[in-house]
Amino acid sequence: MPSFAAPALASGRRMPNRWDGVAMLLVMGLLIGLVDVGRSTLFTPLASGQAATIHLNPAYLPGYALRTTARMFAALFASLFFTFTFATLAAKSRRAGLILIPILDILQSVPILGFLSFTVVFFLNLFPGRVFGAELACIFAIFTSQAWNMAFSFYQSLTTLPADLVEASKAFRLSAWQKFWRLDVPFAMPGLVWNTMLSMSGGWFFVVASEAITVGNTTFALPGIGSYVALALEQKNLLAIFYAILAMLIVILLYDQLLFRPLVAWSGKFRFETTASTATPDPWMLKLIRQTMLFQTIFDTAGGAIGKIFRLRLGAGASVQVDENRQPSRLIDAIWYAIIAVAACYALFHIISFISGTLEWSDLGEALLMGCYTMIRVTVLMTIAALVWVPIGVWIGLRPKATRVAQPIAQFLAAFPANLLFPPFVVAIVYFHVSPNIWLSPLMLIGTQWYILFNVIAGAAAFPGDMREAVANFRIRGFLRWRRVMIPGILPYFVTGAITASGGAWNASIVAEVASWGKTRLHAQGLGAYIAQATMAGDTPKIVLGVAVMSAFVITTNRILWRPLYAYASRRTTLG
Amino acid sequence: MDQVTNPDAPLISVRNCRQAYHKDASTDLIVLEDVNLTLQSGEIVGLLGRSGSGKSTLLRIVSGLLKPTSGEVKWRGVPLTGPAAGVAMVFQSFALFPWLTVQENVEIGLEAQGVKKAEREERTESAIDLIGLGGYDTAYPKELSGGMRQRVGLARALVVHPDLLLMDEPFSALDVLTAETLRTDLIDLWTDKKLPVKSIMMVTHNIEEAVLMCDRILVFSSNPGRVAQELKVPFAHPRNRFDPAFRQMVDDIYGIMTRRKAPTAQPVTPATGFATKLHPISTNIMAGLLETLEGPPYDGHADLPALAAALQYEADELLPLGEALSMLGFALLEEGDLHITDSGRKFVNAETEERKEIFAKILLAHVPLAAEIRKVLDERWNHRASAVRFRDELEDHMSPEYAEETLRTVISWGRYAELYEYDEEAQQFSLEEDEEEED
Repeated sequence: MPSFAAPALASGRRMPNRWDGVAMLLVMGLLIGLVDVGRSTLFTPLASGQAATIHLNPAYLPGYALRTTARMFAALFASLFFTFTFATLAAKSRRAGLILIPILDILQSVPILGFLSFTVVFFLNLFPGRVFGAELACIFAIFTSQAWNMAFSFYQSLTTLPADLVEASKAFRLSAWQKFWRLDVPFAMPGLVWNTMLSMSGGWFFVVASEAITVGNTTFALPGIGSYVALALEQKNLLAIFYAILAMLIVILLYDQLLFRPLVAWSGKFRFETTASTATPDPWMLKLIRQTMLFQTIFDTAGGAIGKIFRLRLGAGASVQVDENRQPSRLIDAIWYAIIAVAACYALFHIISFISGTLEWSDLGEALLMGCYTMIRVTVLMTIAALVWVPIGVWIGLRPKATRVAQPIAQFLAAFPANLLFPPFVVAIVYFHVSPNIWLSPLMLIGTQWYILFNVIAGAAAFPGDMREAVANFRIRGFLRWRRVMIPGILPYFVTGAITASGGAWNASIVAEVASWGKTRLHAQGLGAYIAQATMAGDTPKIVLGVAVMSAFVITTNRILWRPLYAYASRRTTLG
Repeated sequence: MDQVTNPDAPLISVRNCRQAYHKDASTDLIVLEDVNLTLQSGEIVGLLGRSGSGKSTLLRIVSGLLKPTSGEVKWRGVPLTGPAAGVAMVFQSFALFPWLTVQENVEIGLEAQGVKKAEREERTESAIDLIGLGGYDTAYPKELSGGMRQRVGLARALVVHPDLLLMDEPFSALDVLTAETLRTDLIDLWTDKKLPVKSIMMVTHNIEEAVLMCDRILVFSSNPGRVAQELKVPFAHPRNRFDPAFRQMVDDIYGIMTRRKAPTAQPVTPATGFATKLHPISTNIMAGLLETLEGPPYDGHADLPALAAALQYEADELLPLGEALSMLGFALLEEGDLHITDSGRKFVNAETEERKEIFAKILLAHVPLAAEIRKVLDERWNHRASAVRFRDELEDHMSPEYAEETLRTVISWGRYAELYEYDEEAQQFSLEEDEEEED
């Protein structure tokens, strides 16, 4: 079983401070800037011959699946590059870290889905009339769903490097480049692989939502599973949707088995522990790689070449002598703060001038009210999910056999793009004429509830054997057992899962509160629907407002509920 | 760092070295004060002292990892500005990269120097064989025992053929037998001139280890760290631990280390005593030591080296214990001996509840911080006080780590004595309430 690193946003106990405000201004200013660029340039439609036609014939599906997967991996590489550069800069430079980390924190709670149409226009204008621009736009959308938590995880690893290894690297005079590949990256590897896996799941959601996009009067579709589903919805073709779900299942099963299982098992080698832990059996793919001559030769050759690159003595000569008495230069600090302050003021000015002409205070009130509706939805759903999955998860986790079967399934379900499962729900709501306000809600949590389940399973499975024996010995049963033993025991794990689940639910609300089936459109009252409708109407100030309000809601819940709870849980429920 | 060096100059020379930790609010905390040291080729030098005496700091200054606040450090006659090519280090925690095999760990210093693959492999192989690791090349550190891991640490340092080998408490994380084997192996290689090094400098808190291995010992005193005395060890290798001259030297060093501490061992007055650093010693251990001291064969008096040997403690562990007892007035520490006092005897002969009462009185009389906490609690109408204010006050006089440790200690002692209660979540001291609600 892989280890469950906490999602990157879980740790830290920071309360909101002025840097968060500055970061919020900068991020919003940047997004508005993007909108401005998108609006001020003329939209160039794709040359007619290049726009692809999507076919619902299942024979096309393997090809579509392949293209969708290729986009995913392109975005993943971009995210890795971003992670290695952004997080390294933030960790190595105190001044950069001061502003970059709050920005990252805001970015990961901004629902980028709302900005899809603008980023698309931006990229299309980079490559006028070419499909390449649309491809880039799609990849960028996926990137925005993957990069932040990976960068956060890497940043946290870099700031918790073991001091003795850092000292050894310096004493043996490793260059900056060598240290990066020999110490920084390996140490971050388990957390990074785990977060990459989470990112991959998040990415599927976006790829399905971003392959078919309407800008102005033009709808363009990139060949892929997302466009296939969009067309199937439009044509009310339930069979095609079933095929798409099937294709997706196969794709996820393949990359899970061929890539991530071996990767997670392999990354265990980098886990920083000094004792050999009980060996878990290698996934079959890793066995195949480790024991087959052909694979061995390939990997050894590749490893040798990569090793040569890692050993390059780049960035040598950097001053490594620690001088505890050196005070950071006040002057440079002052200049740096001034630059940030100017940028923030400019962003503020920009935001005000953007919003003031068109928006009233009542719009803010409406957005906040909608936010409260969505908040109620998320809260109710989380409560229901907790009541359902905690007992089930504990039951499974305490039985090793059941855990072995259930755990991979729960993880698999978490990776499945939930928006593919929406159509059957929508059909049912239309058919039974029930209220979309209530019945669209479960869609928000349909994909993310699994995080609660598999984290609870992991927590129960990790429950110490001697404590279980003590519970049995003192005959602690029933409600007392839950209150005093099980719930405190799994609390850190539950909170870890709940943070991921609730964050995902907010983001999903943009697609879950509005659904369509052919010409029928369903929509629930909520902030997600607010943003989705503003997007459809092309009402940019309202999109910006909606997105800002949603970010504020997410950040506030994280700061005043989840982080203190997580800190409390990990302090109180661990010995020592 | 590859500057022209003078081959005739001493390997390392340290002049008037001072290391201070800067505090905004108050005076600097001094870790090292006026340290002078010269290291020649062909000797093993030991830096011996208690934890907190700055010996590890000095090692880091010599290695080029740390820049001293003031003073001059020269490597072969040239001022040191960073880790020098001719210096390699062995770490107390081994500091092996868990994701690299034994061979890759040993190679890392050569990689940093850009040594070509063929030569790298050859030198690694011979270092691994020299240190007795042959056959373990492809193992990962976590598959090895502690002793084997430290051998990897040694091989990694030796493979770069350093002129100076620095060792930071290299055997203190190992069990007694393993440590002894490793020491003997290293000394054998040294006397056979098989080690590719010119000189060794090691930090240790183990007196016997220092006398067993070193040619010269610098005994450090604490607060601030200074060289209290420099001793030449006149014995030839291999040395015999049971040789009376060897025992005498160990005894003398115990004497030096306890004598230097004598002035601060006097009962402290509240005016200055608030800022005394408290060692986190559990009341169970104190009681245990007092009982041992009062019982046979000691009958109230014990020679520290003998007591340490009998209890399987090292000097570094026993000394703070003895100091804590003498600070609380349970025992007297002088010239390497520990004597029980009347109040110590009273404590030993008391029952559990009575012991707590004695301890409470002692705390109020001898530990100003505990007395202060209790006084503040008595004065407040709600009998509550935040720990933050005490921590802040302590931090004006000591480093944040020491302040934290002192606070932990006073919390634990006060709880035992039932002087006050402490709520970890709220970081708050309070008085015990008589009618307490059960939840």
